Amino acid sequence: MTNSVARCREDFPALAQSINDHPLVYLDSAASAQQPESVIQTIAEYQRHDHANVHRGVHTLSHRATEAYEAARDKITSFVNAASRREIVLTSGTTESVNLVAQSFCRPRVGRQHSILITHLEHHSNIVPWQLVCEQTGARLKVVPMNDAGELDLDGFDDMLQDNVALLALGHVSNALGTINPIRDVVAKAHALDIPVLVDGAQGVPHMPIDVQDLGCDFYAFSAHKMFGPTGVGVLYAREALLEQMPPYQGGGDMILEVAFDGTTYNDLPYKFEAGTPNISGVVGLGAAIDYMQSIGVDAIANYEADLLDYMMRQLSDIEGVRLIGTAANKASVQSFMLNDVHPHDLGTILDHQGVAIRTGHHCAMPVMDYYGVPGTARASLALYNTRDDVDRLVAALDKARQIFA
Amino acid sequence: MSAVELHSPDELRDLYRELILDHSRSPRHFGKLPEATHRATGINPLCGDKLHLDLKVDANDRIEDIAFEGSGCAISVASASLLTDVVHGMQTEDAMQFFCAVTSRLTGNADPDIDVGKLQALDGVREFPSRIKCATLAWHALHSALADQSVTVSTE
Repeated sequence: MTNSVARCREDFPALAQSINDHPLVYLDSAASAQQPESVIQTIAEYQRHDHANVHRGVHTLSHRATEAYEAARDKITSFVNAASRREIVLTSGTTESVNLVAQSFCRPRVGRQHSILITHLEHHSNIVPWQLVCEQTGARLKVVPMNDAGELDLDGFDDMLQDNVALLALGHVSNALGTINPIRDVVAKAHALDIPVLVDGAQGVPHMPIDVQDLGCDFYAFSAHKMFGPTGVGVLYAREALLEQMPPYQGGGDMILEVAFDGTTYNDLPYKFEAGTPNISGVVGLGAAIDYMQSIGVDAIANYEADLLDYMMRQLSDIEGVRLIGTAANKASVQSFMLNDVHPHDLGTILDHQGVAIRTGHHCAMPVMDYYGVPGTARASLALYNTRDDVDRLVAALDKARQIFA
Repeated sequence: MSAVELHSPDELRDLYRELILDHSRSPRHFGKLPEATHRATGINPLCGDKLHLDLKVDANDRIEDIAFEGSGCAISVASASLLTDVVHGMQTEDAMQFFCAVTSRLTGNADPDIDVGKLQALDGVREFPSRIKCATLAWHALHSALADQSVTVSTE
């Protein structure tokens, strides 16, 4: 049974409050999404009735906790259409997932003769881990350029792939600009040259159905808190064959079969990459977030957002002095913009005073800001609980800001 | 566009009052001092505000000339501009004391005995805690310039 997307707003308790005497308009889901009551309830019920440490006990509560945790892993497996649960590693978030691949996959096999290829659109957490690997191994970092619309400039891409590339890492959706990258095409070209591909899916999973087998990538990383789940938990999808070859990322309990001072054997997949007690309630919450999205239908969410994004872009374009930043042909519901020469921070404060929450600054994508020659942008991001009314409130608040700075 | 009623609250008008907007649009003493004796750069990494402060201090410890360059939000630029206006011609010791007075005032601990003159225009910032660092950036740069002569200071 699918819920109508428009009614979803009522499911989110955080949206019912007022900020500075104005009803909250939350346009910052790209930074972190709000959680529906069902996610909050599921986590609370787990903490009230089912909590114990996982995997290690024989008592009933431990069994229930393990069941809840592993059931969530099964939900994630089918949510992204992974071939097996052994390919779903639970982490603390996208950032840890990328670092895991950088240190455990890349670092052991990369040397001075290699390059690592990323793009100009990347979030810092898909830049810095690779810079670290390059520092550690002597490999070179190469960057696929972008264009004014905020799309990847793939003119020289084929040549760039020829440069002894050890790995290609790119985002599914740009967090600053909303650009959706052509993952399938890019993966096909990379695989033709046996180059593995990591996709930063943090901004992908909230907006569209994800099928990692169809995308073809070798690694796909994402976070729960951007898809209506709690913070502190995320996923690394990785091909089983690659995970088998990779040494562990962190050592500790649970990722071992046997520990002795003269030698330790590691656990099977995916546990080899899950050291220590995990964020159990967080993972259970992620499972509930998946249930919630699927109860509405991820396709329905995508269609709703596309319609709302179109409305927002048109409304923003009509405001005198607004310049849209990020106008790719294929976009998710994220829009950066500037208002004349008003600094984004001043915009953000004025909007906040009207109850409208947007994000301002470099969005952890300084190279993108450098490209446009701005210190930062204002960014409004739409999720399934936003409405045309929210967009109208944004527009009215921007008009107020324009008057103050006229 | 829908007719959404939005009144202009006093707090916002206080923050972005005419003096602040004026100083942010037309910052005073904007530029470099080739013969600067003291320099400092202030950075607010969270929002990208970056200001360079140049001072020329004479043999009697008087701030003979002062200039600033950089980019940032209206609050940080206005604060820097007001700083150069007010501190120009001061003894360095007095400027340091003024730094204490202004930064205390901005963080809610105003000394009622000290008159900060034009700097009262920044009082509105106190209602916007996330912007206090924007207002104090130039002042921390001033402090560093006088204390260490040539340095970069960050708000972090």
